[in-house]
Amino acid sequence: MSWSQGELVAAAYAVVFFFVLVYVAIIAAKLVRLQRETAELVELARGKPGVDA
Amino acid sequence: MTYLADVAALTRKDLRVELRGRDTLPAMLLFVLATLVVFHFALPEGSGDTAAYGLLWVAIVFTALLGLARAWVPEQEHRVLDGLVLAPCDRSAIWLGKTLATLVFLLAAQAVALPVFVLFFEPLHAAALAGVVLADVGICAVGSLMAAMAAASRAREVLLPLLVLPLAIPLIVGGVGAAVSADAERFILFLLLYDAVFAVLSWASFEYVVTE
Amino acid sequence: MGLALVLALIVAPEDADQGISQRIFYIHVPIALTAYFCFGLGAVKALLLLWRGDERYDLESYVAIHQGTIFGALTLITGSIWARASWGVWWTWSSNQLVLFLVLFLFYCAYFMLRFSLEEGQRRARSSAVYALFGVALIPVSFLAIRLADDFIHPTVFTRDGPQMSATMFTTFLVAWAAVTLLAYVLYRVELAGKRLDADLRELREALQ
Repeated sequence: MSWSQGELVAAAYAVVFFFVLVYVAIIAAKLVRLQRETAELVELARGKPGVDA
Repeated sequence: MTYLADVAALTRKDLRVELRGRDTLPAMLLFVLATLVVFHFALPEGSGDTAAYGLLWVAIVFTALLGLARAWVPEQEHRVLDGLVLAPCDRSAIWLGKTLATLVFLLAAQAVALPVFVLFFEPLHAAALAGVVLADVGICAVGSLMAAMAAASRAREVLLPLLVLPLAIPLIVGGVGAAVSADAERFILFLLLYDAVFAVLSWASFEYVVTE
Repeated sequence: MGLALVLALIVAPEDADQGISQRIFYIHVPIALTAYFCFGLGAVKALLLLWRGDERYDLESYVAIHQGTIFGALTLITGSIWARASWGVWWTWSSNQLVLFLVLFLFYCAYFMLRFSLEEGQRRARSSAVYALFGVALIPVSFLAIRLADDFIHPTVFTRDGPQMSATMFTTFLVAWAAVTLLAYVLYRVELAGKRLDADLRELREALQ
């Protein structure tokens, strides 16, 4: 399995890019989760007496 | 100087507990000897004399880990550490006392193991021995601090080696170098540097690790 | 932000001669430097925590080290690829930087083990902080050790090509470095904000229930 130098260079940059992409995806998923949680808590807050939404 | 008196008292306590209980030192001794025997079988024929030195250091590190774990387990189980922390002494004295006690155990175990090593494998010259002693200091210093950190965790038996091994790598380099290299002086100096830096760091930061 | 990354990629074509594998240099070295920087930042925050006692520093230190470890892993990966490109092997012990990063990577992975096995609280924050400080002390010490170890571990067969950088290459490098640093910073802020939000929401939840 011998790769040309050019391919390896591309691989190096690709790896980094891939990592960043995965990271962004993780952040996005986290954001979705946080949004959902916030919505839940807003509902909870609305249910409480003396809280006006 | 009450600080030194505190340290002496703490060290003496550990040594006395060991003399009465006699569970740590024999275990360390047996472990290091058994490891040396295993190494004889683990080293393939003709792998060179110097390989033995490398393995010696592996044995030393793991024996030290054993000693460290045993030194801190009773403290956690019997809440002795909490009691010590409440005592009106400088917290770092606890660290120093523990380190010295562990060092004594390690040196005692090596007093037997090193002659055996020479018998089984390779001679050890003065620089190599100096390397051993200096590295012992380093391991006990850093290991005591890490053991204190790990003591609070649920997975402390596994955690201690994990924390100590990366830090022990420079020590192994120093120790093996002192034994093997022609320019052993450099390695001895390096070990001195390591000891100075990390002993001071450990001494200074122990307090932060054990207080809530 | 993403612009920074695109910039890094556009930079690459600006590259000069000296063999195409040289180009990996532009992404590998900035990543390595950034990793060091992250660890340094983690240690600074750790010191601040121990000194000032403000809880906020714990999370900042943790996130900095978290990013540092990621970049450290990337350093090892890109470094390995570069080794393959330059010398034909995926790993070599004679590359001081690679070995150093391996040791550091091990060290900081243990950091996470430490954090996950301790109960949340002051004790964990402080132990983590002390450990982070040990990390930066370890960097120069390990470097020295590895240099010394060359003596008896391997004859240095592979010489690291120290490129006499021409002006264009240097500027390229600077741009790449700036881009990676910016990327790291952005990721750091995002991660930190995420974690803070998490903690705040948890607190809110408890307050409401």
